[in-house]
Amino acid sequence: MCQIRLENIQKRFGDNPILADIDLTVEAGEFCVFIGPSGCGKSTLLRLIAGLDDASAGDIHIDGARVNDLAPAKRDVAMVFQSYALYPHMTVYDNMAFGLRHLKLGHDEIDRRVRAAAESLHLAPLLERKPGALSGGQRQRVAIGRAIVRQPKVFLFDEPLSNLDASLRVKTRVEIARLHRALGRASMIYVTHDQVEAMTLADKIVLLKPLAGQDGVPSIAQVGHPLELYHNPRNRFVAGFIGSPSMNFIDAALLNANAEGLVCSAGGISLPAAADATGLASASTVTLGIRPEHIVVGSGPLKGRVSHLEHLGEHSYAYLETALGTTPLVAKLSESSAQIGDTLTFSLPAPRLHVFDGAGDALPRLQRHDATPAALATH
Amino acid sequence: MTSQTLTSAAPARPSTAESSLQRSRQRMAWLLVAPALVVLLAIAGLPLARTLWLSLTDAQLSDLSTRQFVGLANYIGDAGVLADPEWWGAVKNTLWFSLLSVSLETVLGLAVALMLNHPSRLKTLLRAAVLVPWAIPTVVSAKMWTWMLHDQFGVINAMLLALGLIHQPLAWTADPDLAFTTIVLVDVWKTTPFMALLILAALQMVPSDCYEAAKVDGVPKWSVFLNITLPLITPAVLVAMIFRTLDALRVFDLIYVMTSNSRTTKSMSVYVREQLIDFQLAGYGSAAATLLFLMIALITVSYMALARRRMEGH
Repeated sequence: MCQIRLENIQKRFGDNPILADIDLTVEAGEFCVFIGPSGCGKSTLLRLIAGLDDASAGDIHIDGARVNDLAPAKRDVAMVFQSYALYPHMTVYDNMAFGLRHLKLGHDEIDRRVRAAAESLHLAPLLERKPGALSGGQRQRVAIGRAIVRQPKVFLFDEPLSNLDASLRVKTRVEIARLHRALGRASMIYVTHDQVEAMTLADKIVLLKPLAGQDGVPSIAQVGHPLELYHNPRNRFVAGFIGSPSMNFIDAALLNANAEGLVCSAGGISLPAAADATGLASASTVTLGIRPEHIVVGSGPLKGRVSHLEHLGEHSYAYLETALGTTPLVAKLSESSAQIGDTLTFSLPAPRLHVFDGAGDALPRLQRHDATPAALATH
Repeated sequence: MTSQTLTSAAPARPSTAESSLQRSRQRMAWLLVAPALVVLLAIAGLPLARTLWLSLTDAQLSDLSTRQFVGLANYIGDAGVLADPEWWGAVKNTLWFSLLSVSLETVLGLAVALMLNHPSRLKTLLRAAVLVPWAIPTVVSAKMWTWMLHDQFGVINAMLLALGLIHQPLAWTADPDLAFTTIVLVDVWKTTPFMALLILAALQMVPSDCYEAAKVDGVPKWSVFLNITLPLITPAVLVAMIFRTLDALRVFDLIYVMTSNSRTTKSMSVYVREQLIDFQLAGYGSAAATLLFLMIALITVSYMALARRRMEGH
């Protein structure tokens, strides 16, 4: 029972708007990830919820109570900092116990909680060490342990994995997911700029956009399940941000549109797409988008010359120079027999094309791409 | 066979190369510190050696050439420094002065630093303002305070009288009961900024996320100060205290200007000058100066040893 509700949150530093018009509900027990490019205010939003910064306007409710005027400690949240924020002069044990000693918990209870957390985080042999004698991954676990022992309603993570090396990051990511399942009811809000973390951990992704508040643009670009953002991005920003390598964009002009779809032209080539453009005037400019993994290479009416290849082992990415536009299209190849300089035939399947209008908003797709894992499984 | 010889020979080669590299590095290091060592020897070592030598003679300041070797008579003779109650008075004064002024400065400096550490628009201005007493030459500030504390015309007496805190003017520097306290307070006024700035630098090194973590954990402010701030700034405070203690043990100018004739405030340095200049006793004065040097060296070494043990114990 610890829903977090943000109502019309605004945050300005001086005259600079950082966050604008944020309305968001994080349900009890949900794992919510704030993601966005640097400068979008995702860490600031987390700090507003923690109470380390004050919102310029708007209300924050935790567990049904308005907490705007409550000190951080009274909000029943625990935070894991990007820098870990361990107390350098205290042992691992004291780092975890220190925050509890003011809660009138009793020595035995504190000891029990610290030892339980240390056990579950494999920190038991390190309890007497100081942070300086720990590796990055161990420090990270101490920081998480310090949050766990408080048994808060809400966990806040501020880019907790960004200081770890790649393999440790994957391991700790799995640990955090396991922790979330184990803790059951606690809600988690997790800030990251790494979309793999966001896609793998989140029940709900909140994609924030920088330059909020200018021209009345709200901060939140889209909220939803990771696959919803992947399959049905609401605008060009979301489409370009989610997915790696990112979506290919092709500038095009609308030729005609009807209930079955639309046809547009790019570089003199006409391309059909399954999107509803009946509201748009003929010849209006649109942007087509297609993900590298959705380009069908090997057959089709289109031709592209391979200008660059990236081999990732399991698959490769080919950069194709085409008549469609000046920027090469990135296409995923499952087998890597292609050479630089080869000409490949390919097609852009109409149901896979995303179409964005002049303002960057997505046109409704005619074929629904179901986003939830359950729906995917039934396909 | 060949591969075996190669592998067994391989480790020997880099190690000799390394040791010759190490040797050349060591040579370079000595070369680089040599100028500093030479200068130190010339400006500190030589005068010290000369003072030591003079202290073993009966030299007079008026004529240093006609002197006779008297051994340790200047130290432990019947008329030696160690037999002079005046010297022991000066030692007591100096130690008390150092203890009182350094502790007061540390406490006040910490308080000022904590206030300056709060973000505010005035911070830069205040930081500069706080430095003023430290920037004024001691002789100037001593003269200034002498006037402010003057028993008849001083502004301090005027203010205290106006406030009704005292009923008749106090002779701050002349009254033997007050002179010592006055000297300590003026020194505290002058050197608190130094402490405050050193402690402020230490405070700013405390990572702000530690404070934020404590805030989220709901740790009360006093506990944050005692358990986070204080342990983290202690090393820097100890270093600042060493600096100030060394200075305080050598205190001279302030006392010389404000209360030069008072026995209750005479420090070791004042005693040395009195013997050397006023009484022209170059040999005896040098013995006192050497004792002063030894005492400061002893206190410094034991203080540093203690501080180091404390750090390692942590």
